[in-house]
Amino acid sequence: MSHLHIDWTACDGRGLCAELLPELLAEDDWGYPVARHGKTQPTVPRHLEDVARRAVDRCPALALRLVNDPS
Amino acid sequence: MTETLWYAGRGTGVVSLVLLTIVVALGIGARSGRTAFGLPRFAVNMLHRNAALLALVLLAGHVGSLYFDPYAQLRLVDVVLPFTGAYRPFWLGLGTLGFDLILALVASSLLRHRLGARSWRIVHWLAYLCWPVALMHGLQTGSDGDSWWLRTVLALCAALVLAAVAWRLSSPFTQFPARVTRRVRALQETR
Ligand code: HEM
Ligand code: SF4
Repeated sequence: MSHLHIDWTACDGRGLCAELLPELLAEDDWGYPVARHGKTQPTVPRHLEDVARRAVDRCPALALRLVNDPS
Repeated sequence: MTETLWYAGRGTGVVSLVLLTIVVALGIGARSGRTAFGLPRFAVNMLHRNAALLALVLLAGHVGSLYFDPYAQLRLVDVVLPFTGAYRPFWLGLGTLGFDLILALVASSLLRHRLGARSWRIVHWLAYLCWPVALMHGLQTGSDGDSWWLRTVLALCAALVLAAVAWRLSSPFTQFPARVTRRVRALQETR
């Protein structure tokens, strides 16, 4: 498992990540991502890791990081 | 054979300028944070990146075929160092400069995560220098500079980029984009 770390000082609210990961993220009214399940750093299930990596790669502000959780 | 190289050199040159025009327009479109052509933001972003990579491939073909063209008489330095060529050195040099700039733009973008957002952005602003440099090179260096078709193509490219830059500089550009319903990957697939 891993989780998505969002650097709020860098995030620009551009919403690419919520488009790519609608299962985990919704957008608030200003375009900033909010985790659907209430955690500030949403857990990324294995089947979504590839898309999560794509979101990390594409974020225009480089505000996302996929962090591996030791299991 | 030699004619083929010349035709290939001209063809790839024109097509890469058209592509570069599209790349700049898509880059500005991506920066605006808006969706376009019914595509979500990440897709506009990918389109910008992939068009840039394609433009680079064509550009390699353009430089490569003219390098081996016996008439163009390019030396290896002309490919790397601007303003050293024998034939129309200034205009040829603009081409070399444009090529170096694109290499820098693409390389820095592929290494964006290592460079960090700030340095990457500074390098990426060179795009606004790169495009006019490439345009002037295309207009003045080759054998087609006086032809109506090349002038038409270049004028259309210039119109597109000027419109995009004017939009970039206008104040609504940086205002928060109007909320649009977004196309969302998974929800679309499951419905
Ligand atoms: C692999 C190559 C490239 C990648 C991955 C890339 C990536 C990006 C990204 C992520 C943005 C920001 C979009 C946003 O903020 O949402 C951007 C903007 C832009 N790109 Fe590129 N780019 C590449 C090559 C190029 C090239 C070759 C050009 C033009 C010569 C170019 C011109 C632009 C322009 C004009 C902008 C808008 C910049 C601004 O006004 O802030 N890009 N690009
Ligand atoms: S893609 Fe990046 S900048 Fe855009 S909302 Fe997500 S984290 Fe923020």
